[in-house]
Amino acid sequence: MPHQQVKFYQTGTLTVGNRLLDEAQRTVQATMDRSNSLDSGHRACQGCGEALGARYAIDAAMRATDNQLIAANATGCLEVFTTPYPESAWRIPWMHSLFGNAPSVATGIAAAMRVKGREHVRVIAQGGDGGTTDIGFGALSGMFERNDDVLYICYDNQAYMNTGVQRSSATPGSARTATTMPVGPEPGADFDKGKNVPLIAMAHGIPYVATASVDRLHDLEAKVEKAMSIRGARYIQVFVPCPLGWGSKPADTVKIARLAVESGLYPLFEAEHGEITASTKIRRKVPVSDYLKLQRRFAHTLKNESQLAQLQAVADRNIRRFGLIDEQGD
Amino acid sequence: MLKQIEGSHGIAEAVALCRPEVICAYPITPQTHIVEDLGAMVKSGSLEQCEFINVESEFAALSVAIGSSAAGARSYTATASQGLLYMAEAVYNASGLGLPIVMTVGNRAIGAPINIWNDQSDSMSMRDAGWIQLFAETNQEALDLHIQAFRIAETLSMPVMVCVDGFILTHAFERMDIPEQSQVDQFLPPFEPRQVLDPAEPISLGAMVGPEAFTEVRYLAHHKQMQALELIPEIAEEFKTIFGRDSGGLISNYRTEDAETIIVTLGSVIGTISDVIDTLRDAGHKIGAISLRCYRPFPKELLRQALLDCQRVVVFEKCLAVGMGGIVANNVRMSTRGLSTPVYTVIGGLGGRPITRRSLTELFEGAMQDDLEETTFLDIKCDIVERELARELDHTRSGSAAENILREVGVVDAAKTA
Repeated sequence: MPHQQVKFYQTGTLTVGNRLLDEAQRTVQATMDRSNSLDSGHRACQGCGEALGARYAIDAAMRATDNQLIAANATGCLEVFTTPYPESAWRIPWMHSLFGNAPSVATGIAAAMRVKGREHVRVIAQGGDGGTTDIGFGALSGMFERNDDVLYICYDNQAYMNTGVQRSSATPGSARTATTMPVGPEPGADFDKGKNVPLIAMAHGIPYVATASVDRLHDLEAKVEKAMSIRGARYIQVFVPCPLGWGSKPADTVKIARLAVESGLYPLFEAEHGEITASTKIRRKVPVSDYLKLQRRFAHTLKNESQLAQLQAVADRNIRRFGLIDEQGD
Repeated sequence: MLKQIEGSHGIAEAVALCRPEVICAYPITPQTHIVEDLGAMVKSGSLEQCEFINVESEFAALSVAIGSSAAGARSYTATASQGLLYMAEAVYNASGLGLPIVMTVGNRAIGAPINIWNDQSDSMSMRDAGWIQLFAETNQEALDLHIQAFRIAETLSMPVMVCVDGFILTHAFERMDIPEQSQVDQFLPPFEPRQVLDPAEPISLGAMVGPEAFTEVRYLAHHKQMQALELIPEIAEEFKTIFGRDSGGLISNYRTEDAETIIVTLGSVIGTISDVIDTLRDAGHKIGAISLRCYRPFPKELLRQALLDCQRVVVFEKCLAVGMGGIVANNVRMSTRGLSTPVYTVIGGLGGRPITRRSLTELFEGAMQDDLEETTFLDIKCDIVERELARELDHTRSGSAAENILREVGVVDAAKTA
């Protein structure tokens, strides 16, 4: 009997209740046999978006690979809060080498598996936005262009959090960081700077690129699962709010992640071989101020009409560019 | 099998005989021919079960090798000069992680000014990075050292750098004895990693260590290198039984019996030095030489024993500690500590300057009379240096010293009129 499409939503969220779903559709986290790859007891801050994203992403990758997974991790919060020896929150084979070489290390692991005839063992690399879009970018691009069999997951919290919230090339315009302070006539980070790594990844023509957000973990799991069904270089960038760095309430992490998507500031899409194949439609568009006002890093932005308008323009451009709102009549 | 081939090709053949499983290649002169040859072997199928990866930088080359070695694959790469510096962070990381990677360094100067020719500044910059450093005297030894390097690395779970003088060895065509596969297989068992990334037994590698344990972890690395002082000669001895050749070990002595003057050096220059020593010995001078085949760990005690009875030591090195003088000489002085034997430093061959028999003969004749400065730059053109210093005193914007000196040398003007 075909299942009716589920249309029940919890009040105020767009997250469908797990229990309302068909069993096959439920999240990996809903199953008792989830792998708990990133186990409890680690040292992440309350409300850490990265810990949430990593836990869902890696468990989904574990399910997709029948637990045959090895991870290479860049230096950063994720590395630090999960592992100081002799403790480790990882229940998968996991390796940290350097800040800027996680993609290369993953390439090496994948090569070792291939040469040993163990290609069923899959490899992921992961890091924050600094490790990915800045210092590890050369290595990432090399891994992409060689189409090495690695899924790279970037947990994007838009600054160097581990070192104390400094600006990265993923920091949005006007955001306050320790190196883009809200002083002077143009407070916070500059506009028209930074790079869009998902689009750059697409330009490499790699088999799969996706963006995701921790407000919709089922979608994140699905994207990871899809990525693991493909061989070659793959890239997923997950939007992960950072309460400490952003000056937000730990309880608001998921809400902020949702508002980033619903405002158009963080477009969610998938691309295969350089072509966008799907984008997540905005259900109820919200003004960017709804997203900004929950974060102290944008406190000055809300009082600055010009900056507010520029951020709104960024969101509107994303909406047009990625087709985030269906045009009327479609 | 005897072959008349290029040094790089001989090294490539040796590496191939070691059955590497992952090779990372990034071009930099003068090591490039080695990885080119290996790439061709993998592509043609003559080197089976090997992944050859063209990476985007030396930093990636060693990082890929870090990943593959940690996942249990025998891993190899090669580099030189700027490439070694570009991967410096990974060089320390590989040894810190205890990964038995073998890397050839085709010794070359470090810029600026950019210079592709031979000296040993590159390897010396990484002398404290926790790698074992072996220096080849000849291409035959370069070939043999690579086979020993994998064995040493995997026995100690520690990376090994095989240092081979760029161009002088890498590009020289010489007769080399290429071992049989069966000999290498007998000498070098398959790689059994001490720790490995494996879903069957998940481990966390490379996590943080704080002040409470860092000293002990670092000490252990030192301790293992001290152990290597015993292991390296043992492995060289075993190599000799199987391959019938004396290669490797810690030091080699050349006519040091009853020598009053001993030259200490490393790498291929021992060839020219030996020739000069032969001539001087024929003239009745008591002079000999010691070549450091292993620089890290530093064979301090062995060298001390070898230097106990001589009257003076001349360290000839192709590197310079700017602001200090000799790098190797300072280590040699640790061996002669407490002895009254003077240790002279001679810096020569920088950026590929030829080291001639005539210059060495003059140098050694002076040394035997103790007519030598504590630090000497072989064949330095002092007048040109003086004039550049005068120009810099004369006006602030004196321009590029490198360009000025070349003008003085006449190369620039000669090129214009050519």
